[in-house]
Amino acid sequence: MVSDARRAAQVTRAEVEDLLYREAALLDEWRLDEWLGLLTADACYRVPSNDRPDAEPADTLFTIADDPSRIRARVARLKDRNAHAEYPPSRTRRMISNVRIVERSEYELGVEANFVVYRFRRDERIREYVGRYRHLLRLEGGRLKIAKREAVIDAMELGSLGSVSFIL
Amino acid sequence: MPDQPLILQDAAAHTFQVHRSTLADPAILEREQRRIFDVCWIYLGHASEIRAPGDFRTRTICGRPILFCRDGRGAIRAFLNTCRHRGAIVCREPEGNAKGYQCFYHGWSYDRDGNLDGVPGQDSYGTSFKKSEHGLKEVPRLASYRDFVFLSFDPAAPALDEYLAGAKEYIDLVVDQSPSGEMEVVQGVQAYDIRANWKLLVENSFDDYHLLTTHSTWLDYLKNAGVQMRRPDRGHLLPAHGIGRDLGNGHACVDNVNFRGRPVARWIPIYGEDAKAEIDAIRAELVARLGEERAARVADTNRNLVVFPNLVLNDGSSVTIRTFHPVAPDRMHVRAWALGPKEESASARARRLDSFLTFYGPGGFATPDDVEALEMVQAGLGAYREVPWSILSRGMNKPGEQLNTDELHLRAFWLQWDKLMRTPGHGE
Repeated sequence: MVSDARRAAQVTRAEVEDLLYREAALLDEWRLDEWLGLLTADACYRVPSNDRPDAEPADTLFTIADDPSRIRARVARLKDRNAHAEYPPSRTRRMISNVRIVERSEYELGVEANFVVYRFRRDERIREYVGRYRHLLRLEGGRLKIAKREAVIDAMELGSLGSVSFIL
Repeated sequence: MPDQPLILQDAAAHTFQVHRSTLADPAILEREQRRIFDVCWIYLGHASEIRAPGDFRTRTICGRPILFCRDGRGAIRAFLNTCRHRGAIVCREPEGNAKGYQCFYHGWSYDRDGNLDGVPGQDSYGTSFKKSEHGLKEVPRLASYRDFVFLSFDPAAPALDEYLAGAKEYIDLVVDQSPSGEMEVVQGVQAYDIRANWKLLVENSFDDYHLLTTHSTWLDYLKNAGVQMRRPDRGHLLPAHGIGRDLGNGHACVDNVNFRGRPVARWIPIYGEDAKAEIDAIRAELVARLGEERAARVADTNRNLVVFPNLVLNDGSSVTIRTFHPVAPDRMHVRAWALGPKEESASARARRLDSFLTFYGPGGFATPDDVEALEMVQAGLGAYREVPWSILSRGMNKPGEQLNTDELHLRAFWLQWDKLMRTPGHGE
């Protein structure tokens, strides 16, 4: 990583947005293997419980707290047509806005963004997942990758959203 | 409300059928509210969720707003969270610690013990008005067993101890995991709706027959992680021996030899090599405290317990408290918490929670598929008038031990349900 010519200081918001939009497109199109390519090898993926949005999964029950191996197992599961909750796959459409770089170290950036993910399943009414992303991005070989992605849902509880069976 | 029997049982023909209107008809739900939820002991919460005097949680239980709290002396209380003046919710926060509770509408205030202690402009009520008669109303019955707190809206309900019957043995097995005998609810609640009748989740919570097909991706995940998945012998559908048991009063369970790992205390490769030593130490503590036999009982079996009507304790890859309330015939609200020994180390606690998420919850590798299954059943029930009966007969063709993949335990639930539904409730 020391060989990385580029530093986090040189990364623009537009570049961060490009990454988030590309990620959103891959997830909406269920191109999950390509999505894995956007993550660092040690990436984690978290969705905190609605009543403890700022907690850590070591001492708090989360909705999702995947380490790198479980992210890959999750993708393997979702590609299997026996992942019944997502077969046939939900249709999703992600809107991402209010993108901000909130922190920079030498090779890493803390990024926050608002999201609305619309999910359509069967003939049911729309389900709207509203919240914010708290991501940690890292430069690897000059390329921005996602080292940590956390999706914090604003709803007081999941309630009628039901499951988070797709990748939020 | 149909007049015909809702359960058809024929021991000679080995058949047990449940009428599907029980899962779809609004008149059935109306009757359940009077004859089941207003009569039974209903899980309210765990003592560890409110620790100090003034700690509170607000919950909706059987449609009633409940203030679950510790009073000024630290005793557990449950008040109907509605102002005696005009009905507004008095405590509007989900949790916290309070010196007292004030209704914001007209300002009536209550102390931690529920006594009415402040009425703005009290002189306008005249001398017959006595504050002592207008404290927060308590639920008719409140009792706990090993820190699991239950309420009943039936003043004449039997003692909780008697009500729990054989379920106590299985609650004891959960609590015995803790060296001090104290378990605690971990912070973070999973609260989500399922578009299905509440009884479908009762069935699903201890229906081991569905694992192979509904949860094949989870079983694949375990296998890929190195968990031993060979089946013991013919007749078994799962990698270990398991039985179903009727525990009386509608409570029932599956009781299985563990294959999927247990934080207390059976290592599987998913926990990582680093965890082996700690799990060995947890196991040694169990043996020292409980003896070999009881320790093995606690550590080497998984039990999914249904406490009639709507409490589930899943003691397997983690300990889950799950409770659910119908909000419509085809919709329920579910809440689930993780439970662990109070003195658990930080690393063991993290492992417990990680293990919880591999299977359970709205983002787990299995629960979402259960939700899908229940919602697909509910959709299928649209045809209940044309296809009126569901089949719950597994195991009736053989005497003696009933497997976890048989349906004795489901029938135990349904028989109690049927009995109560034919008995007028206390308010009728």
